[in-house]
Amino acid sequence: SVNPDLASERQTASFSVEKLTAWLDGGVEQTQLRRAVVEAIERDPVFSRENQYFQSQNERYEAAVRKAVHLQKKMQEMGWSENGPEFKYIYRAVAGDIAFLLHRVFMRSVSMLGSDEQIAKWIPLASQYQLIGSYAQTELGHGTYLQGLETTAVFDVTTQEFILNTPKISAMKWWPGDMGRSATHTVVFAQLYVHGKCYGIHPFIVQIRSLQDHSLCPGIIAGDIGPKMNFEHVDNGYLMLQNVRIPRENMLNKFCEVQPDGTYVRRGSQKINYFTMTLVRISLISGEAVLPLMKACTIAIRYSAVRRQSKLKPGEQEAKILDYQTQQEKLLPQLASAYAFHFIDNYLQELFNRGYREIQRENFDTLPELHALSSGFKAMVTQHCTSGVEICLRACGGHGYSLLSGLPSLYTKIIASCIYEGENTILLLQTARFLIKCFMAASTGQPVPPSVIYLAAAKPGNCPAKNKLDFLHPDIYTEAYQHVAVRLISSTAAKLQDLIQSGVKKHDAWNRCTVQLVQAAKAHCHYITVKNFAETVEKIETKAGIQKIMKHLCDLFALYGIFSNTGFFLHDGYLSGAQMDMVTASYLDLLALIRKDAVPLVDAFDLTDKSLNSALGSYDGQVYQRLYEWAQKSPTNKQISPAYGKYLKPLLHNRLSKL
Amino acid sequence: MNADLRRERAAATFQTELLTHILDGGAERTRRRKEIEALVLNDPDFQHEDLNFLSRSQRYEQAIRKSALMVMKLREYGIADPEEIYWFKSFVHRGRPEPLDLHLGMFLPTLLTQATPEQQDRFFMPAWNLEIIGTYAQTEMGHGTHLRGLETTATYDPATQEFILNSPTVTSIKWWPGGLGKTSNHAIVLAQLYTQGQCKGLHAFIVPIRQLGTHEPLPGITVGDIGPKFGYDEMDNGYLKMDNFRIPRENMLMKYAQVEPDGTYVKPLSDKLTYGTMVFIRSLIVGDSARSLSRACTIAIRYSAVRHQSELKPGEPEPQILDYQTQQYKLFPLLATAYAFHFVGAYIKDTYRRISGDINEGDLSELPELHALTAGLKAFTSWTANAGIEECRMACGGHGYSRCSGIPDIYVTFTPSCTYEGENTVMMLQTARFLVKSYTQVSSGQRVTGMVSYLNDLSRQRIQPQHVAARTVTVRINDPVSLVEAYKARAARLVEAAAKNLQAELNHRKSKEDAWNRTSVDLVRASEAHCHYVIVKLFTAKLAEISNAAVRAVLTELCLLYALYGISKNTGDFLQAGILTDAQITQVNQRVKELLAIIRRNAVALVDSFDFHDVHLGSVLGRYDGNVYENMFEWAKKSPLNKTEVHESFHKHLKPMQAKL
Repeated sequence: SVNPDLASERQTASFSVEKLTAWLDGGVEQTQLRRAVVEAIERDPVFSRENQYFQSQNERYEAAVRKAVHLQKKMQEMGWSENGPEFKYIYRAVAGDIAFLLHRVFMRSVSMLGSDEQIAKWIPLASQYQLIGSYAQTELGHGTYLQGLETTAVFDVTTQEFILNTPKISAMKWWPGDMGRSATHTVVFAQLYVHGKCYGIHPFIVQIRSLQDHSLCPGIIAGDIGPKMNFEHVDNGYLMLQNVRIPRENMLNKFCEVQPDGTYVRRGSQKINYFTMTLVRISLISGEAVLPLMKACTIAIRYSAVRRQSKLKPGEQEAKILDYQTQQEKLLPQLASAYAFHFIDNYLQELFNRGYREIQRENFDTLPELHALSSGFKAMVTQHCTSGVEICLRACGGHGYSLLSGLPSLYTKIIASCIYEGENTILLLQTARFLIKCFMAASTGQPVPPSVIYLAAAKPGNCPAKNKLDFLHPDIYTEAYQHVAVRLISSTAAKLQDLIQSGVKKHDAWNRCTVQLVQAAKAHCHYITVKNFAETVEKIETKAGIQKIMKHLCDLFALYGIFSNTGFFLHDGYLSGAQMDMVTASYLDLLALIRKDAVPLVDAFDLTDKSLNSALGSYDGQVYQRLYEWAQKSPTNKQISPAYGKYLKPLLHNRLSKL
Repeated sequence: MNADLRRERAAATFQTELLTHILDGGAERTRRRKEIEALVLNDPDFQHEDLNFLSRSQRYEQAIRKSALMVMKLREYGIADPEEIYWFKSFVHRGRPEPLDLHLGMFLPTLLTQATPEQQDRFFMPAWNLEIIGTYAQTEMGHGTHLRGLETTATYDPATQEFILNSPTVTSIKWWPGGLGKTSNHAIVLAQLYTQGQCKGLHAFIVPIRQLGTHEPLPGITVGDIGPKFGYDEMDNGYLKMDNFRIPRENMLMKYAQVEPDGTYVKPLSDKLTYGTMVFIRSLIVGDSARSLSRACTIAIRYSAVRHQSELKPGEPEPQILDYQTQQYKLFPLLATAYAFHFVGAYIKDTYRRISGDINEGDLSELPELHALTAGLKAFTSWTANAGIEECRMACGGHGYSRCSGIPDIYVTFTPSCTYEGENTVMMLQTARFLVKSYTQVSSGQRVTGMVSYLNDLSRQRIQPQHVAARTVTVRINDPVSLVEAYKARAARLVEAAAKNLQAELNHRKSKEDAWNRTSVDLVRASEAHCHYVIVKLFTAKLAEISNAAVRAVLTELCLLYALYGISKNTGDFLQAGILTDAQITQVNQRVKELLAIIRRNAVALVDSFDFHDVHLGSVLGRYDGNVYENMFEWAKKSPLNKTEVHESFHKHLKPMQAKL
């Protein structure tokens, strides 16, 4: 039975939850498909995550391998394929708790970087799991700066082989997933040397473990890099190469080749690789950032409707903590952000599909814009979602700290997304570089890509709002965001130029402006997110109260951003102090308004209890019973602690005898 | 030693030891601290495998082994001063919690303060000798913050002269007490007292829960561990359910309230004294915020001096990442914050010591202010440190995410302090209540004293129909004393705004509670501004006490950075109140960046001054010698997944799959 405190929240929903779910999924058919996949996976006991919180690193790894193997079987059984419409839901349903994800990256890199012969040789082996692949790029001493990698591959003309080496400790490959224990092969990125000349970083297929008994190949030292904050199921590994020889044909040579005599040949455009990088960044936004935030919001908001603490009015029952303004102010902006980022993900996907079509026609014009957007949004969304999950965790008080709440593992997993596929600060600086360039172009009247046209059309003036209701007009707040973005970008550009003109070297000037550049890039992404949210709301055709509640969320998202960055908006007087008070008033009003629909709004994410894996966040709201039941299953309760017999008892007895 | 770190240390402009002495409170205390540290570090009994590679159960076992030894050795060495005990304990447990924390920190002290002499005879010595191991069971599954809502009952039965303890609902199960799950055989249980058919509110009872000798739970007691958590692996946080469990009348702690044999209830005289304990424990959290943030800064800053990446100047070798402005902007304000919090922690401790002298003489006049201030500072510092530790970890890139960095452990150990001993938002609202009360006093013509005395300026202001903060403060951005004034004006403005909004809600005929709830976001902001002001003020005041010129210079830079960075992060408040102009804000932002470059040369020396021993720091990235990469490799080789070269899952899963496909 559903806890009455949750049931009552659902009775008063101002919109149809089912219709909102379908709209978020992109149609009723998608919802059906998703539910079918999720159900097939969750019903299968092999994919159970029931005891996950009690497992050791070793057990988690073994389970991930077991699940990965089983998934192959399952996909055959269900007729699912890697290219099928189900695939995006499968990973979501297994909650990423699965091995061999790098195997897929291995296959993708062979397909992208390999010649037709290489593809014909390796891909069938890989898809049959006759080998297990990994992707070894990062080293102990190098992550961000690829040109700095230190692994070497020296071509030996006499034997027609490359000799791979790890010349020093910092050159050891470090972090690649699936490499610590599972992989038999890996794509190693190394500095290519031919006849003593360095040609830069190239990819090589290297076998690291025997296909017979899985023991390490000669010259290979590899292992697991040890415990991390999360990803305990993944065997992130290290790899040291000592005079490892591989045939010439193992260099992936679609774009560059070393010919038998040592001649180095370059061919074709590598721009397509650039596109892959941006694609990876975009594709992680939905599954690795927005979904965890949706889960965290679901857990925290349902729990806040069940948890009662203190009294709002003397003599009454203790109040739901969701009724406290401070609790609303923690959770509801996160909820609005989850929606905002879901919509920005749609926007980016669309943009990329369009870009991809152009690129297939060998038109690379959109690439710089796509790259800038993917970098900036990857950084912005992962950062916001990470802090959102953490806010949800802390909003659940003591019980949020229990692993059984599901929140700590959501948090420790999502924080990794701020680093992998490009460290966020570095990515924001890449976006900033694009913005500065476009700003310069726009100010000299040259054409600029669509997402930055506003830089050319900026108009002076102040915010025209007269009362707090004016701040519920999307035009008013979107323009405010635009104004701030333009101001931060133009003032940083001016600062850069001043420095350069005063004789500071270009790179030095850049480093001295990086703090501002990061702010400018964030402001740009924030503006686009707000604008896109408003436009999405505008376009909603579904009835059933959805447009109205989405409008409230959009307003909340926008005003929350102003409320928490007041200085940016007040700085040049665009908003006056009095207007800022109106923003605050409108913002606080919205909290109380959205509070009424908070539970239906998380229900609409349609996350199953199994996918939440949380004692606090289940649909039925039976929080305390579940917490008690789950705790009893903890291994620590299955036996009297050995520590008592070993340490406590002797101590006590020793004491007793002296007493 | 790594060449980069050697160079950093050689370039420092001050002597690190001198600053260490200041942090410790004198050279003599530094000496004694290191003496105790050496006692622990040189003791083979306290050595063990890296905790990162142990399971939860093994970590618990190590902790309990060390705790048992620790208690013996403390007595053997005759260490009795509370601060020295604290040092010894934190070296033994390397800054982590341990299963006897509640026994030593709550059970024994509560016996001392709330037990009658007769009860002390019965319980204290056995507890002191660890025959009785106790915990303090207050929080329930359904109740933490709101104590009056606790549901556990203790019903007096005059026929047998016993209390009957019950956990009537699932939500009433005691949940979270440390050491309860597996370690303790007694608990001080807080329960609603019922006698002669009436509820007399919460009282404390000594409840035996496990059989002495066998350690089995007693009949009527269900007790266990609450399962895995974010951190606190070594702590057996527990649950406790009682079903008609009877204890003798003499087991109620009766120094203040009493139940007589016939069931007559005798009221306590005053309950203000419990205030004191709360203030004390919250002041410890302020110090803990400083230390935890300092540890994270030490790791991140040393690593940033060792790590090289990308290029700043074309053609030159890869620079230390500490040379990037964005990296400095992440780390140095946190370094300044760590120093600020150290001085605030020391201030509260001293003030508490001074006031508790007055309390013993019956003077409670300063207590409400200290209580309000400590609540807010506890919340402010733990929130900031919590976010700061994560910032440090992120600044270490991918390697920060590995447990070998040590920062994940610092974070998960520290983060519950935002919740325990008073949930932070609730704490901020307590401070706000005091601020609003002070504001109301000023409005009615009274004067207030202490840290809130700036509100007195409001009465002068009243003659003019203006915002309090509309009066012009001429801020000199290079003068800490002037910046204190700016923070003061901001606090005054936000307290006034919150108080006025509260009044407006009341004028709309909202109930008192409703009006309070509708203003609580504003109230929290007001409290934060007040605490921020107090911290800037205390840091600035500390500068005047520093005699060594070189040390004073570097601390002044940090103090300026702390104050200016705080402004640049909250520019809206200062602009809206007209305390600073647009042009000044631009100057502040510029000055922050200049200070980053200035502090850069002393960054490593400033974290060296925290003087954390490598063993205590527990970080491969933050090692004093900077030999990071070699030691990461050594560390990884010990990982449990590397115990065998071919993992068993190869034979179990991989091979069969390859055969089948």
